[in-house]
Amino acid sequence: MFDFIHLTIPPAPALFAQLLVGLINGAFYAMLSLGLAVIFGLLNIINFAHGAQYMLGAFCAWFLLNTLGIGYWPALVLAPLIVGVVGIAIERLFLRHIYRLDPLYGLLLTFGLALIIEGVFRQQYGSSGQPYAIPPELRGGRNLGFMFLPNYRAWVIIVSLAVCLATWFTIERTRLGAYLRAATENPVLVQAFGINVPRMITLTYGTGVALAALAGVMAAPIYQVSPLMGSNIIIVVFAVVVIGGMGSILGAIVSGFTLGLVEGLTKVFYPEASNTVIFVIMALVLLVKPAGFFGQAR
Amino acid sequence: MRIAILTGVAAILALAAPASAEISGDAVKLGVLNDMSSLYADISGAGSVEAARMAIADFGGTVNGKKIELISADHQNKPDVGSAIANQWFDNDGVDAIVDVPTSSVALAVQQIARTKGKVFLISGAASSDLTGKACSPTSVHWTYDTVALANGTGSAVVKAGGDTWFFLTADYAFGHALERDTSKVVEASGGKVVGKVRAPLNTADFSSFLLQAQASKAKIIGLANAGGDTINSIKQAGEFGIVEGGQNLAGLLVFITDIHSLGLQAAHGLQLTEAFYWDQNDQTRAWSKRCLDKMKREPSMVQAGVYGAVTHYLNAIKATGSDDGPTVVKQMKVMPVNDFMTKNGKIREDGRLVRDMYLFEVKAPSESKGAWDYYKQIAVIPGEEAFKLPGPNECPLVKG
Amino acid sequence: MSRGGDAGRILTAVLIVLALAAPFVFYPVFVMEALCFALFACAFNLLIGYVGLLSFGHAAFFGSAAYITAHTVKVWGLPPELGILAGVAVAAILGTAFGWLAIRRQGIYFAMITLALAQMIYFVALQVPFTHGEDGIQAVPRGRLFGVIDLDDTLTMYYFVLAVFLLGFSLIVRTINSPFGQVIKAIRENEPRAVSLGYHADHYKLVVFILSAALSGLAGSLKSLVFQLASLTDVEWTMSGWVVLMTLVGGLGTVLGPVVGAFFLVAMQHYLAQLGSWVTVVQGVIFIFCVLVFRRGIVGLIATYAVPRLRTQAREPSAVGDAAARGTP
Repeated sequence: MFDFIHLTIPPAPALFAQLLVGLINGAFYAMLSLGLAVIFGLLNIINFAHGAQYMLGAFCAWFLLNTLGIGYWPALVLAPLIVGVVGIAIERLFLRHIYRLDPLYGLLLTFGLALIIEGVFRQQYGSSGQPYAIPPELRGGRNLGFMFLPNYRAWVIIVSLAVCLATWFTIERTRLGAYLRAATENPVLVQAFGINVPRMITLTYGTGVALAALAGVMAAPIYQVSPLMGSNIIIVVFAVVVIGGMGSILGAIVSGFTLGLVEGLTKVFYPEASNTVIFVIMALVLLVKPAGFFGQAR
Repeated sequence: MRIAILTGVAAILALAAPASAEISGDAVKLGVLNDMSSLYADISGAGSVEAARMAIADFGGTVNGKKIELISADHQNKPDVGSAIANQWFDNDGVDAIVDVPTSSVALAVQQIARTKGKVFLISGAASSDLTGKACSPTSVHWTYDTVALANGTGSAVVKAGGDTWFFLTADYAFGHALERDTSKVVEASGGKVVGKVRAPLNTADFSSFLLQAQASKAKIIGLANAGGDTINSIKQAGEFGIVEGGQNLAGLLVFITDIHSLGLQAAHGLQLTEAFYWDQNDQTRAWSKRCLDKMKREPSMVQAGVYGAVTHYLNAIKATGSDDGPTVVKQMKVMPVNDFMTKNGKIREDGRLVRDMYLFEVKAPSESKGAWDYYKQIAVIPGEEAFKLPGPNECPLVKG
Repeated sequence: MSRGGDAGRILTAVLIVLALAAPFVFYPVFVMEALCFALFACAFNLLIGYVGLLSFGHAAFFGSAAYITAHTVKVWGLPPELGILAGVAVAAILGTAFGWLAIRRQGIYFAMITLALAQMIYFVALQVPFTHGEDGIQAVPRGRLFGVIDLDDTLTMYYFVLAVFLLGFSLIVRTINSPFGQVIKAIRENEPRAVSLGYHADHYKLVVFILSAALSGLAGSLKSLVFQLASLTDVEWTMSGWVVLMTLVGGLGTVLGPVVGAFFLVAMQHYLAQLGSWVTVVQGVIFIFCVLVFRRGIVGLIATYAVPRLRTQAREPSAVGDAAARGTP
């Protein structure tokens, strides 16, 4: 009955290639989980709609291209802005009312939102998905010797690193970030200093959503732009954030890269389990160090 | 008191049992059960319901003086939802035949229920060859295509054209395994060799790692034993990693025209696949497809065309026998040859399999296409007997001994 | 003092009479399905309503019991009562293992651990040959109960399911109203105080977890016999989400809430089945509505407004809130 567990060992150059591919995926996970970490870290909301917002970003890029003729490069800026505004609307309409409640209600509410967004898009667009091509400037690739690296994948790593660094820097090293962190710990006091806390909270949620949408635009040329793309990936992103430490930006980044690598290796040695290995790690981390590698006990 | 109630119920049930040479419930009721909202909504979904409606209208709306009714429901690709609906339809709603049912796991469940209740099951969407193999039923007809035909079509044609080493990229679920197994047998029987395989979890988004393994195997052909979103993603990413430029070719084992529509010709051109129908094959198919295009705003898939053919043949069989009793009608369907816009001189085998010609297509390059849905060029016709030839003895108990 | 005293007893009697007559009015398979899910939701509610732990992995118990029962009845030829016992036993063992691992944490961390563990069970269910992957175990025979009662007859099966449901339900009610139940409520109200009084809180929580898991398994076993099918849907994380929704809609922490929620949602799924994707949208709207406006759920609302005597007792389900607010993961 247990003969489904079997391992395969590949030759060394192939292993380097797999590690690089795993790293690329990890960069993508890190960028995708940033928004979630920001929202939970600063607002204490478990944003289950993150996957749906990622999907909105991809669809927005597709829509801009097919209806308004706006290509990939402007879409990288426009789509996150548009979806960010939607995020702000969500915050104003729904989330505002449940801050005083248990974060698990936030999870249930955003889960409901995700169902609605996904259902509406599925009704409208079916599930096969829409084509979105890699922009001409990024097509092709170069032969690194041990593998052929598509240019677009290299681009993904560069953008992910840049976005991760920028976000971390903003939250941890700038004044704005300091205000945000202070507002989370003691909103009344910070508001007494004259800082508009509700507006900051709204903008923070909007930024987290915009980050998800940015990841969506990045994904559109390589993954299928379909209404199901969010729900397929949301669980993985959750695991990344939990392992890194819910609320730690650095934790999300590091665990994103690490998990990408681990998943990549699993795809080589035991491919059928590559979806599940993340949960095994999540369970282990939760049992040993529940706050995650970088998180603080909240 | 309870005895009285139970006796009454028993009496009613006894009275409701249909007599044989009669149409039960004073109408012939068809139920189109498929995926309306998810993975297979585009190849079946509302389009299949429309196809069934067209078939009923073209037949005249009544058979032997009784009205023909149509209902539909979404099984969400889940066997329990499908079983619940099938049970309710057969027990409560007077449905005589269930039509379509993509997703083999649901089809197997519904076939079991239909067999137990003696009701007809016209399969168009599902692919598993087990439906006419070890799970076969005397009240089912497997109409459009199956995994054997896909394997014989794409598999042997590709090997004959020179693609004799294969690497399989398989979706890790029962259907993916079955597709891989059937195609491997055909490849090896045609003189080819399977040099490796990798199983990716269902709904994998990123195939780069698996494609790298396929590249490393140096196989001439990478067989995609998956469906839906997985096929689309693997083809798209294969383009990214320069698989085709590197000298390897992709063989899509289960690809529909809607998948190509979703991929775009840029990503998909050169792909070889087997289908049972294409809207642009001849005047008859074009005429019928135009009616679908007008109603549904998309060209029909082979599954939807198959629904039309199956419903028409079923209604003709009822007309001939004067009864809608499951086993009787299906027996008649096996006697009558099938001739419609999609199938010429088709014959239904004893195990319920419709033996019909299949077609090997290649996806056009963007420059060769005149517009939306103009995606295929026909490379070869695979005659029915060859397409549906089983690799081993027929496992269906209706045929053995 | 049991909830509502006389009012409660009359209500229960009325419901039982309705339940006995139901198969003659509604399609019996539909009512059986609702009863199975009602039992599942009641079992789940034990954990969240009375201990305050939100588990996102209950599908693991429900689904594995379904598979075990289906396999033992179909392949090993066991009679249905033994098949059900086997399913419940496996669910209880899983519950012990999961509970022992997960009880150390609370709030969101507890939810995440249960989710992770359930996903591992999903993977095992997908890979292990006897489950047949997404085809599931089909054509499960219902058999003869105790060798005598033929369960293939829908009416007989219905009364059997009803009997098992009532058994499970009364077990839950007795547990809640027993001295054991009082300790549980004390732990929920103020864990440090209960501990200081000498109660091992973790042991009590673990017992409730195992009970919840075993009863969820009972629901799963029943379901596999009703539908004669056990499939991957039963172990998916969406099934766990489904039971959360049922309990939320019906009313967290109320006795009848999960039953009402289960019936409501199963009915909704049936009647809206033709709408395709809109069902997902409607589910989402219900989630949002329940969280924003309707946290007490249907039964909670009725309890607050329709029965004045209970107005002082019903309040915001804070069980979940307290545990997380205390902050210790």
